[in-house]
Amino acid sequence: MSLLRVKGLKVHYGGIQAVRGIDFEVGEGELVCLIGANGAGKSSTLKGLMGMVQCSGQVTFGGTRLSNLATHAIAARGLSLVPEGRGIFGRLTVAENLDIGAYTRRERAYVRADLERMYGLFPRLAERRSQLAGTLSGGEQQMLAMARAMMARPRLLLLDEPSMGLAPLMVQKIYQTVADIASEGVAILLVEQNAHLALHTSQRGYVMESGSIVLSGPSQALANDPGVKAAYLGE
Amino acid sequence: MTALVARLRRNPLLAYGLLAVLLLLLPFLVGAGLGRGWVRVLDFVLLYSMLALGLNIVVGYAGLLDLGYIAFYALGAYLFAWLSSPHFGIHLPFWLVLPTGAALAGLFGVLLGAPTLRLRGDYLAIVTLGFGEIIRIFMNNLDAPINVTNGPQGINLIDPIRIAGLSLGQTTQLAGITFSPPHLYYYFFLAMTLATVFVALRLQDSRIGRAWAAIREDEVAAAAMGINTRNIKLLAFAMGAMFGGLAGGLFAAFQGFISPESFNLMESIMILCMIVLGGMGNVPGVLLGAFLLTVLPEALRYVGDWQRAVLGNVVVDPNDLRMLLFGLAMVMMMLYRPAGLIPSRQRRREFDADDGVAEQEQASLYDAGA
Repeated sequence: MSLLRVKGLKVHYGGIQAVRGIDFEVGEGELVCLIGANGAGKSSTLKGLMGMVQCSGQVTFGGTRLSNLATHAIAARGLSLVPEGRGIFGRLTVAENLDIGAYTRRERAYVRADLERMYGLFPRLAERRSQLAGTLSGGEQQMLAMARAMMARPRLLLLDEPSMGLAPLMVQKIYQTVADIASEGVAILLVEQNAHLALHTSQRGYVMESGSIVLSGPSQALANDPGVKAAYLGE
Repeated sequence: MTALVARLRRNPLLAYGLLAVLLLLLPFLVGAGLGRGWVRVLDFVLLYSMLALGLNIVVGYAGLLDLGYIAFYALGAYLFAWLSSPHFGIHLPFWLVLPTGAALAGLFGVLLGAPTLRLRGDYLAIVTLGFGEIIRIFMNNLDAPINVTNGPQGINLIDPIRIAGLSLGQTTQLAGITFSPPHLYYYFFLAMTLATVFVALRLQDSRIGRAWAAIREDEVAAAAMGINTRNIKLLAFAMGAMFGGLAGGLFAAFQGFISPESFNLMESIMILCMIVLGGMGNVPGVLLGAFLLTVLPEALRYVGDWQRAVLGNVVVDPNDLRMLLFGLAMVMMMLYRPAGLIPSRQRRREFDADDGVAEQEQASLYDAGA
């Protein structure tokens, strides 16, 4: 029984169809990647899952239907999105950002424990907890966005281009953290343009091209696929 | 003086005690020093403080620009007039009418909020501005076919507030001290203002307050955090409107007379200016803004008298001068203290941070290797 099951998901913006009816699944505790070129519909897929854009199709999460729910209700069911461009609250402090991440949770004692856990996972955020989030560097903002999403104790974490615009060493750090989070048993759906990185971190992958899934399978197999190599890995 | 300040800092209880004594004696000090008329000005300072605190919830906390806020003040005032004057022959007690007025204003807050949920910034400002005008025009014209508002003439002879047989509208002797109506209303308004300050402060630090801050910063991200942005925005409109409705009821009882003229666009803008001048989102700043923008226009009335005394006649109409100086003050503020006189913690950091951001971005190029 998979945690997330998507059937025939379509996303349109006015007359333009960004996602043309795709099927995919993410298992409990699984790290799955969704790769593809610019404009393939990867981010639209994530927005569709979160109910942020007009979409149709069947989305089941942990046995319940998500279709037609509002974004906040979807978030409350355990999906947490780290949006493209991070979407941090720039004029609030790091600590306030993390606090809002735990908005749906009422057990204050556990939230406080999780906050300390996040500071342990991201020591840089601990140092800057009372600093305005907008003054952090790009990499630190990405860390904050991930930590904030984790504060909700999600069952499935949706990561949209976590490597975007970051220096190579920072990308390594971020991906180390992705692996750490996955090893704690949180399922992750990773959207990336950097196919090499995504396929080496994940267990399974889907390849998207102009709104459709054209290929899927174990990440290792995808990385060795001649078509993927030619189109995305530049080999 | 500095020794006193230091002492007060160490002993907040003493500071609050002194403040309480000052606030209690204030109408008598002001009445003796500046004349009776100024006690009325003090009452208006308190009324505008409540209004500004209410608008601050909408604009300062939730970041929704509302240019029609005075409409809620009008609704509260008219409801008080309807339920407590000879106009309909109804005379209900204030403790029933004031909450009803606040509730009615809150309901209209939701009615205004619901269709504007998708709007932000300029668009929201235009729609709310229209709403404010619609309410005012309704008040102006609802005298036929059924006389609801008595049109431009307004409603007169509104009942004063009566507490346990004591009418706040009559000069009263208490323990050998003479309290005129403005004095009596001062204490009543002071209690109400302190209550609204308390509510405003508690809201700011609450879970709802954090949700407002999140929506103000990034609505899409806020929804992704599980915040019900629709309900939380409507709540901001409703809470702000309730403060306005309450102040409106107090205004009607205090004045004894209301007409649509008191609720024009300029009033909405004035209240917004109080928030911007004092420090958006910050309760002490908002209170200071309400104080300054209520007292300064009154003080500038004296400019006419000085002109007559010095030059023999009035060269510049004090009314024109008031607007001129007011405009000048706003421009200076925006140039030198854009975050307000007493900025909120966040706004201050934000404006301080602007200088620091460039440095930070520079540093971020290297921090991957750090």
